[in-house]
Amino acid sequence: MTAQTPLLRVENIVKHLGGHRILDDVSLNVPKGRLKVLIGPSGAGKSTFLQCVNFLLPPDEGKIFLEGREINGASKKELLGLRQHVGMIFQDFNLFDHLTALENVRIALIKVKRMQKREATERAMDELQRVGLVDKAGLYPAQLSGGQKQRVSVARALAMDPKLLLLDEPTSALDPELIGEVLAVIRELAKAGMTMIMATHQISFSASLADEFVFMEQGRIVERGAPSELLGKGRASRTQAFCAKLNELTGENAE
Amino acid sequence: MDGITLALTASWEALPYILGGVWWTLALIICAMGLGFVMGVPLAVTHVYANGFFRRLVGLYVWLFRGIPILVQLYLFYFGILAWLGSFSLLAPLNLDSAFSAAVIVLGLTSAAYQSQIFRGAIQSLPQGQLKAARALGMTDTQAIVSIILPQALRLAIPAWSNEYSILLKDSALAFVIGVLEVMSRTRSVAATTHQPLPLSILAGLIFFALTWVGIKALKKLEDKVRIAGYSQQGSL
Repeated sequence: MTAQTPLLRVENIVKHLGGHRILDDVSLNVPKGRLKVLIGPSGAGKSTFLQCVNFLLPPDEGKIFLEGREINGASKKELLGLRQHVGMIFQDFNLFDHLTALENVRIALIKVKRMQKREATERAMDELQRVGLVDKAGLYPAQLSGGQKQRVSVARALAMDPKLLLLDEPTSALDPELIGEVLAVIRELAKAGMTMIMATHQISFSASLADEFVFMEQGRIVERGAPSELLGKGRASRTQAFCAKLNELTGENAE
Repeated sequence: MDGITLALTASWEALPYILGGVWWTLALIICAMGLGFVMGVPLAVTHVYANGFFRRLVGLYVWLFRGIPILVQLYLFYFGILAWLGSFSLLAPLNLDSAFSAAVIVLGLTSAAYQSQIFRGAIQSLPQGQLKAARALGMTDTQAIVSIILPQALRLAIPAWSNEYSILLKDSALAFVIGVLEVMSRTRSVAATTHQPLPLSILAGLIFFALTWVGIKALKKLEDKVRIAGYSQQGSL
């Protein structure tokens, strides 16, 4: 991998679901250490795109390269390998309901990475420490608040040492007062140089961290650029119009 | 002696013999439920996750065993299939042609059909995201099913499963037709010699009732024991 090779290169992805063209020729390069933010209305294909990157939804057409190597979607082994390197955060957390916070973070270390239980426990506790939840290690998901659940799910993804993190609207299912704690964790990750693609409606938060805004609509990327560029005053961008509408709803100020 | 004394005496004298049948009844349903479980879980997983051919195969199996009365199956297996299999010397150590084996196999295969549907429902009631999250972590489908899906689904299935226990317990009484010495068959043989069918039937009924009660209580205990803190599928009222 040369200095110019992006960590992730997505080329001309097309995906159909239920007879609809959900993704229509989407390409994206993500250099190491950068945060790309996907914005756009519901149904734009943001979530589908993220799930295509780790082949939870195999793309119908197009190519995906991780560190310059093309992923062969037909090989089970390659897919499992890819997913070990690509962490995913879901809108509704998807913690394993029958496992404690600690066990949620630990299970893939034991089952997938074949770590010894003790070593896995230590690692999992480190990750829970990072998201500030060591004292909740023994609690089950049903005993945690939404914000805590999402932080456990971040710890679960980080424990696998991912090269890339996909975040699918990580705060959309949270009560407003719980969003902050999750955003704080994401901010720390961005500062620490984690490579990420995040779909979100948290425009002002992500504007300060994102290297690029990617605006999607009807399965296509319609605009992209630095946040300041797209949201800058006096620009009639599609992104700006969308954000203005979001702000009207939430009363949030995008600047 | 008047009629009532006669009836009570007959029942009392027969009690140890009939109670001896409890072990057979218990052995029968424990083996049958075990067989039904061991087969029912993979059948359910196949029904939910496999595609095309294998799913249809499971459908056919379930349809077949739910459709044929246990009584008919007992005759078919005992006098037909198993008697034939028992004639192979290679299979002789398995003792397949004994009445007990036949009853276990018939009740177990039928229970597998029902249990597969219990587990299928439980698996399908889990949120889709569970499997997705497991896959996203790099788990194989087998790992995801074994460590994520089944531990949750089996917990949810316990109430329906204890229902299956009580049904199977009562179905096990049918094994008397091929001569398994369980509670019902002993009751009938005593009734035939003492000419006291009514009190002995009441006795048998009480024994089955007690077995059902104990089993359901035990399974309820199990359900509480494996309950996940704070978690309930329906939510609380």
